[in-house]
Amino acid sequence: MTASTLTIKDLHVEIEGKEIVKGFNLEISGGEIHAIMGPNGTGKSTLASAIMGHPSYEITKGSVSLDGEDVLEMEVDERARAGMFLAMQYPSEVTGVTTSDFLRTAINAHREEGDEIPLMKFIKKMDKNMETLDMNEQFSTRYLNEGFSGGEKKRNEILQLLMLEPKIAILDEIDSGLDIDALKVVSNGINNMRGESFGCLIITHYQRLLNYITPDHVHVMMQGRIVKSGDASLAQRLEAEGYDWIKEELGIEDERVGQEA
Amino acid sequence: MAVETKWAFDRETVKSWSEKRNEPTWLQEKRLEALTNAASLPMPNPDKTKLTRWNFSTFENIDSDQRAIESYSDLPGDVARLAGDESKVNSAIIQRDGKVAHNKVADELKEKGVIFTDFETAVNEHSDLLEKYFMGEAVRSDENQLTALHTALVNGGIFLYVPKNVEVEVPLQAIFWQDDVKVGLFNHVIIVAEDHSRVTYVENYVSFEKEKAAANIVTEVYVGQGAEVKYGAVDNLESGVTSYIVRRAHVQKDGRIEWALGQMNEGSTISENTTHLLGDGSYGDTKTVAVGRGEQIQNFTSNMVGHGKHSEGYILTHGVMKDASSAIFNGINKIEKGGTKAHSEQTGRVLMLSSKARGDANPILLIDEDDVTAGHAASVGKIDPMQMFYMQSRGLSTLEAERLIIHGFLEPVVGELPVEAVKERLTEVIERKVY
Repeated sequence: MTASTLTIKDLHVEIEGKEIVKGFNLEISGGEIHAIMGPNGTGKSTLASAIMGHPSYEITKGSVSLDGEDVLEMEVDERARAGMFLAMQYPSEVTGVTTSDFLRTAINAHREEGDEIPLMKFIKKMDKNMETLDMNEQFSTRYLNEGFSGGEKKRNEILQLLMLEPKIAILDEIDSGLDIDALKVVSNGINNMRGESFGCLIITHYQRLLNYITPDHVHVMMQGRIVKSGDASLAQRLEAEGYDWIKEELGIEDERVGQEA
Repeated sequence: MAVETKWAFDRETVKSWSEKRNEPTWLQEKRLEALTNAASLPMPNPDKTKLTRWNFSTFENIDSDQRAIESYSDLPGDVARLAGDESKVNSAIIQRDGKVAHNKVADELKEKGVIFTDFETAVNEHSDLLEKYFMGEAVRSDENQLTALHTALVNGGIFLYVPKNVEVEVPLQAIFWQDDVKVGLFNHVIIVAEDHSRVTYVENYVSFEKEKAAANIVTEVYVGQGAEVKYGAVDNLESGVTSYIVRRAHVQKDGRIEWALGQMNEGSTISENTTHLLGDGSYGDTKTVAVGRGEQIQNFTSNMVGHGKHSEGYILTHGVMKDASSAIFNGINKIEKGGTKAHSEQTGRVLMLSSKARGDANPILLIDEDDVTAGHAASVGKIDPMQMFYMQSRGLSTLEAERLIIHGFLEPVVGELPVEAVKERLTEVIERKVY
């Protein structure tokens, strides 16, 4: 598989008439891990959901393309089949549908009709990935996310990542609510995906995840756009010193969207 | 009443038919009495559905001249598939228009003293037992016009009797197949589970012709002390059939009943399911799923009535409504005075797939006792757009995502059905009804 590139240019996103993302630019290519950090309320999660096509978010300006194809023209499922993936902060619960049935349907949706994944091959792949993520085997027969703890939901998102092998993944606060052991396990799963054909955007407001997944690029988001970029050392500095020095440097008083001076 | 009912059957016809069947005096008298009373009795009055324009009398015959089908392999494919692979069928009774079409009952049942037979045979061979239970405590003949007509004209069904302390391991199957639309389906099922016995029963109602027809169905289940009954049903009568269906259970001390009802009729349907938790510590659980399509009008009532102390009653109803169909889902938890420490819960959810469809989840709690716990939840709505976004973000098309969500929504009953073939057929019916 060859490397893909997701290009986001001057993206503006509104929810219920309020602009949350204001001129966001970024290019993510296969082989790269980007991290977006920033305090709460700066538009990180909105950005992630909007790129995947969340029905409540309206893109008012800008473009998103995957290998030159206009992503914003695609339906949500077309984006997924084109190779995009969003690990959600609050994944939906779907009663009566087992995680295993869901994943098999999802994998087959990525394949041509008549070329469905053989059952045994699917089971093997599922077993292997569940082992990587240290998940109990009962997991696959439980209804999708129903009654899952916060940590179980996050693991389930990463399980789906490993099963679907997207070209570009966006992980929205995949670390929140995880204890340190779970964090290691989840990071291990993501690191397994690393390679030339996989590009990843990690959204987090804690640096601790980045202790286990070393990013190639770190960006700080404030007021709905990237205000500073650097390498992994930027994340370490943020961990040690917080965000105030950036605000000072840029003359930002309140980093949240809608609080621009 | 605004409806003028023309009785296709007078006293003489019913009398000579009963005589032809060699029925005992008690049954003939019960039929004739019911027939006499029927005209003056009111129609049933399901909450929020008016029956004034419903016709439950579109039948010309009650007797069929259908003969038995000797070999399983000669059964029509669609009927045989309901029972499943012959080698896997342990005990099944298949009836066509009230007459036994095919009968397979394991010898071990007889050895244990279990009676599992068709209604006509039960009348002849177990008259005393039948008399004790038929249109007995659970469903009275004079409740309304349709129960009276049912008593007068009953022409098929099952009698299942499980003696004290006997546990039946394999699920017992029944298939009621309405082949001739002119023959009314007056089907009666009686299950008697004596103290500390256990049995699982699953039935299918099916027809394939779309012409006008009538079904009037009654089930009575008597659950003894500490006994356990699992009752599965899939109703799948065609669009021309107007159905009246009553399934009731009486549960004694520490007894349990679990209903799993897949209500997939295509025509106008009134269906009532009631459990009386009579004994202390008795337990009832009723799960119903239904799909409405076309211009179907349906009314489903689930009743759970706690009489004994420490009883537990659960109701779950999930309905999917499409096209211009409409349905009322009444869930009634009642706790009678004296039913202390009783616990009841109900959930009613209706998924609307079309703006022209109508669905009403109607939860009712009637509590006459202070020291009880009760909970209920009801909702009517469209498919959650967040669920759709989530599933589509994994590559599923709109159609695939909806399919999975709907099958999942109806899974509570599909998952409970004890026979794999019945489960698979119900899944197929859902697939056909929804898409």
